[in-house]
Amino acid sequence: MERIPVLKMGDFLLVTVQADMQDRLAMSLQDDITSRLSKYKSRGVLIDISALDIVDSFIARMIANIAAMSRILDAQTVVVGMQPAVAITLVELGLNLPGVLTALNVERGMELLRASSSAGEGAGVNSDRFED
Amino acid sequence: MAGPSNPPSLHEVLSSNASAILARWSEEQLRSGAIRRNLISDSQLQQESRELLLALTDSARNGEYTDISGPSWAPTRELLAQISESRAKQGFTASETATFIFSLKLPLLHQIQERYAAAGAEASFEAFWTATTLIDKLGLYATASFLAARENVIRRQQEEMMELSTPVVQLFEGVLALPLIGTLDSARTQVVMENLLERIVSSGARIAILDITGVPTVDTLVAQHLLKTVAAARLMGADCIISGIRPQIAQTIVHLGVELNNVTTKATLADALAVALRRLGYSVQKNTPGQQQGRE
Repeated sequence: MERIPVLKMGDFLLVTVQADMQDRLAMSLQDDITSRLSKYKSRGVLIDISALDIVDSFIARMIANIAAMSRILDAQTVVVGMQPAVAITLVELGLNLPGVLTALNVERGMELLRASSSAGEGAGVNSDRFED
Repeated sequence: MAGPSNPPSLHEVLSSNASAILARWSEEQLRSGAIRRNLISDSQLQQESRELLLALTDSARNGEYTDISGPSWAPTRELLAQISESRAKQGFTASETATFIFSLKLPLLHQIQERYAAAGAEASFEAFWTATTLIDKLGLYATASFLAARENVIRRQQEEMMELSTPVVQLFEGVLALPLIGTLDSARTQVVMENLLERIVSSGARIAILDITGVPTVDTLVAQHLLKTVAAARLMGADCIISGIRPQIAQTIVHLGVELNNVTTKATLADALAVALRRLGYSVQKNTPGQQQGRE
């Protein structure tokens, strides 16, 4: 069965979703991420969805779930690379992904994760998100 | 005596009395007051009338008076559409355009009356009725063409307005501004959102400022559209600041109970830019003249 690779990069986990997310694949991704999180004691998860042209409500909920689970395991989740069309669809569906940090690309996402892990718990606050 | 036993057809009436009908028609047009002389020249009007009458006579040749959607009426329809369209562009009203056609009715009926004088009441009534319905149909067709031409103009203007009214400008490295002008409906929100998100991707902006100085009123629907745009930009990793909120609009927003808690709001675009620069870590400093000289 194909899996979505979950890579460890220092303190963070890097997940690049390339294939179309099937329901089974999404469930196994949740398992993988949570087990890696507790195994490596990672501080953050970065999920790159730039290759996804379609994100349905199930996938959106799964992303929100991963973010919630990570938070319980003391890790911050950043979703990066969302396509404009996907963003518009999610907003039209009323899925604003509250509690999930977002960034334009992987680089910005890593920046954001580093900033939030060094700032301790004050990660979700808008005003100190940007540091040059 | 050929007249009574075999009365002329409408086509014969039209073709044999063309100049009389045309003269009477021109008179009628002027008398009806539907022709505003400052919008169209006499010679053009004469020419249009003549062409239309010729086309009408030609189309009536094979005796089809009831259905003007057939192929024999195609030239007349085309000419009518053309005239209506030019009337629309010249600034005539729909009723003036229709009156142009309807004023042909009296001259035509006059001719029929003369030619059918000996044909008996029933035959004349028949001819009157045919002519009247025909002119009515042509008038309606002209009105429909006129409206279609007008709608075309409106549609094109709407498209242009849509293009014009949603520019996304870069204010600074990483800061986009979206000066919204006019009422936000869902179609425009869609265009605004798409433009903004595309620009966020292409410029890598971190902050987008939605300036609503030019939005006349903010009701719940407009607020909802604004919040949608903010949410979509957030999903792309950009923060939004809403600026240009006039005191009146601030009051309306509160009275309507719209929640703008998660969005930074500022009174002016300048304030929003200052906040954006601070968040990006820039600081703006004013040089005093002495310092400048010292540096040069």
